[in-house]
Amino acid sequence: MQLGRVARWVLGGITTVVLALIYLPLGVVFLNSISTSESLTWPPPGFTLEWWRRAMHSEGAFEALGMSVMVALAASAIALVLGTLAAMALSRHRFFGKESVNLLIVLPIALPGIVTGIALNNAFRTLMGVQLAVWTLIIAHATFCIVTVYNNAFARLNASGTRLEEASMDLGAGLFTTFRLVTFPHLKSALMAGGLLAFALSFDEIIVTTFTAGTGVTTLPLWILQNMFRPNQAPVVAVIAVILAVVSVVPLAIAQRLTAKDAEAVSR
Amino acid sequence: MTATRVSTYLAPRRRLRLAGLLTAPVLWLGLVYVVALAALLITAFWTVDAFTGQVRVEWTTENIVEVLTEALYRTVTLRTLGIAALVTVLDIIVAVPVAFFMAKIARPRMRHLLVIAMLAPLWASYLVKVYAWRALLSGNGLIEWAVAPFGGETPGYGIVGVVLTLSYLWLPYVVMPIYAGFDRVPDRLLEASADLGGRGWRTLTAVVLPMIRPAIIAGSIFAFSLSLGDYITTTIVGGSTQMLGTLVYDNVGSANNLPLAAAISLIPIGIILVYLAAVRRTGALRSL
Amino acid sequence: MSKSPSRLALRAGIAATAAVSLAACGTSGSDGGSEAASSIGDTEGSVSILAWPGYVEDGSNDPTVDWVSGFEEATGCMVDAKTYGTSDEAYQLMQSGGYDVVAASGDLTLRLVASELVAPVNTDLLENYEGIFDFLKNKEWNSVDGVSYGVPHGYGANLLMFNTDEVTPAPTSWDVVFDKASDYSGKVTAYDSPIYIADAAVYLMTHNPELGIENPYALDEDQFAAAVELLKEQNASVGEYWSDYLLEIQAFETGDSVVGTTWQVIQNSISTGNTDVVLPEEGATGWSDTWMIASDAEAPNCAYKWLDYIASPEVNATATAYFGEAPSSEAACDFRDDCEAYHAGDEEYAKQIWYWTTPIAECVDGREDVECVDYSEWTKAWQEIKG
Repeated sequence: MQLGRVARWVLGGITTVVLALIYLPLGVVFLNSISTSESLTWPPPGFTLEWWRRAMHSEGAFEALGMSVMVALAASAIALVLGTLAAMALSRHRFFGKESVNLLIVLPIALPGIVTGIALNNAFRTLMGVQLAVWTLIIAHATFCIVTVYNNAFARLNASGTRLEEASMDLGAGLFTTFRLVTFPHLKSALMAGGLLAFALSFDEIIVTTFTAGTGVTTLPLWILQNMFRPNQAPVVAVIAVILAVVSVVPLAIAQRLTAKDAEAVSR
Repeated sequence: MTATRVSTYLAPRRRLRLAGLLTAPVLWLGLVYVVALAALLITAFWTVDAFTGQVRVEWTTENIVEVLTEALYRTVTLRTLGIAALVTVLDIIVAVPVAFFMAKIARPRMRHLLVIAMLAPLWASYLVKVYAWRALLSGNGLIEWAVAPFGGETPGYGIVGVVLTLSYLWLPYVVMPIYAGFDRVPDRLLEASADLGGRGWRTLTAVVLPMIRPAIIAGSIFAFSLSLGDYITTTIVGGSTQMLGTLVYDNVGSANNLPLAAAISLIPIGIILVYLAAVRRTGALRSL
Repeated sequence: MSKSPSRLALRAGIAATAAVSLAACGTSGSDGGSEAASSIGDTEGSVSILAWPGYVEDGSNDPTVDWVSGFEEATGCMVDAKTYGTSDEAYQLMQSGGYDVVAASGDLTLRLVASELVAPVNTDLLENYEGIFDFLKNKEWNSVDGVSYGVPHGYGANLLMFNTDEVTPAPTSWDVVFDKASDYSGKVTAYDSPIYIADAAVYLMTHNPELGIENPYALDEDQFAAAVELLKEQNASVGEYWSDYLLEIQAFETGDSVVGTTWQVIQNSISTGNTDVVLPEEGATGWSDTWMIASDAEAPNCAYKWLDYIASPEVNATATAYFGEAPSSEAACDFRDDCEAYHAGDEEYAKQIWYWTTPIAECVDGREDVECVDYSEWTKAWQEIKG
């Protein structure tokens, strides 16, 4: 677009500064992970690799990581199915109460986590009379993850219009064949983006998790919360956080690549 | 084949197809969420038995009246609203230029790198980042060290610390929808505006901003609602600051008074519903 | 560098605060239900334990911290441990059943007894019971009418910590955080829990004797109002209310806080060397936890074995050191080098501690002419104090 050189430089400068500020606290986390202080006190009195060694041997952390991945995968899978269905309904149909359905989908993420948390906790324990467990946690997470899938799928469906699907049907393809061969390939990258966001939301969620996870169900954020209270574990937690941020680049990069390819295909 | 038969049967029946699509998501959200919320609201009208600690089913407006009349709740609500609003505004001010640069100025390769750079910190655990901010804000932390030569001092633990930390935490959630919003503005449109004589600034305000308004509002919903319910950040960098989330949490967590907690949570629920109603027409709900 | 293995007081804020609003104690309905066992039979092969985090460690958090494996090897009882975050959660879990043993704090024990969820414990069956400090046995939070309901685990006091550079001369009274708090405005810290109101009450017992406070957990309207008023004044000088213990360590190391309540283990963890703790002349609040056996235990024999095992000097020393509190027996001190710091076994010292008890309407000091303020009111008042 037509912007003066100065404007470009200013915007580039702002972006650079903001990114630097975003990574500054992460730098602090990294320094904490190699600091000799057991209580993350600033400035670090000295440096050590002890915490990295310990983190590699922390059974609890890896079990929690496994639990988090499992819960996030299950919640995202449910959200993918429900979000796609809802997006197809709302983008391809006109009906009474459409706005309400939209609001219903948005509500779990728009209401503060603590409200969602105590509402679900109360519903599970008092209304249904069940013990909190893994599945209650997955249900809770899936509920607030639907919206991310829905929005991505909805935007893509709206942008692409119905021409291709109509053409497919005119050529004699059934509903399911059309979905499989036309709609889905088209949606794939949007679902990927939505699913990834859902995964991320679930993975780092702590407040709703506190209220809906059964005893013994320790996700990574819960493990971190418990271990943050133990001074000689706090630097180990910092190590885990650094590893997570670095490792997350891989799925993010893959998702980006897929989305980008698709976006080009769509805009053409 | 049955699939074919079902397909042939459904093809002309739009209503039925719609029902097929909607049933599962609406049932899920209805059964899991709406019922849970409704039950919580009803609980606000119940009371706790002081002797056994169990919730007693006995209609009373005591909790609601208490929340509405006592000064404590008014003060904390206003403080929480102020913090949430400030966080939202700060995030939008920072996010708009960054998102614009990412979507419209950066070259594709750079753009991908920026998106990844923006999203990666989301994975570094909320709690760990808040503790990092605690270190930054401390009396001998990095901020103090950086501003002391200029006669400044760190805001320390308190409302300012909470606002800074929350803005930091939610920034990626605000940048991403706005970035997507800018991305959806076709370059052709910008060129057309320029061809018609629109200067950069005018193109921005007259063409681009109206188009991305829903995206900005979508981002604001994240920042606003996430701030509204927070209680962990406040504990760690808030010094002695209490927010609505703190009051709700304390009543459930340590006082075991779910009815009062439910009554207090009516405040953020009300605020968010009003907010959603106000922005509904902008289409923001579809940009989250 | 003095490295005690302690460091891990896990019962972070929430946990300790977990005093709960109710407690159907008072009327002890304990005579109906269960009887104490008269002997220990064959072990059942497994035992289910409910405890605070850090009380039942099997090495999965830190391979060097493990006292469960030794028990499993010695008795053949495989341990299935669950942790809880608040006393209230523990109460609900006990009601749902399925646990043989529970580690309960003073704000939970009487409720469990009154609901007949736990059984009397025949302490004669426990070899290690005899060695336990007398001043912890058969107290109001672990026995009813002289019948023991469990084995004391560890105990500690909520002390006064100060920065030796900034707070001179060394304080001997809580007045530095109350009447003189403004001298350290913005750098005073306090424990973030309604139960902290009792700390103010302890102070008032000495400085406002006309209020007639006999027990800081039994406050009538007037006494309670006075304590709340004191805390509201203090609020102006408070820089931070600490809820978990990392927060306080950091605040004292950086100098953001210079004076306030603490636990001994926190001071041990501070590496800057310019802090000291004191048990002020007014006395202090504190805690003492109890191992109890469920009345419907499926593995009562393994449960007794666990109670005996956890009370044995070496295990008790390891567990309490890990948590950061004083052990329950003199013999345990042979396995710890920091008993002195915790004043373990110092009866005079222990006498000055008011152990956490749930405030209920029926005054726990035995007064019958007035109603006391219960814990839900304490919670509301605490929120008002913080503003």
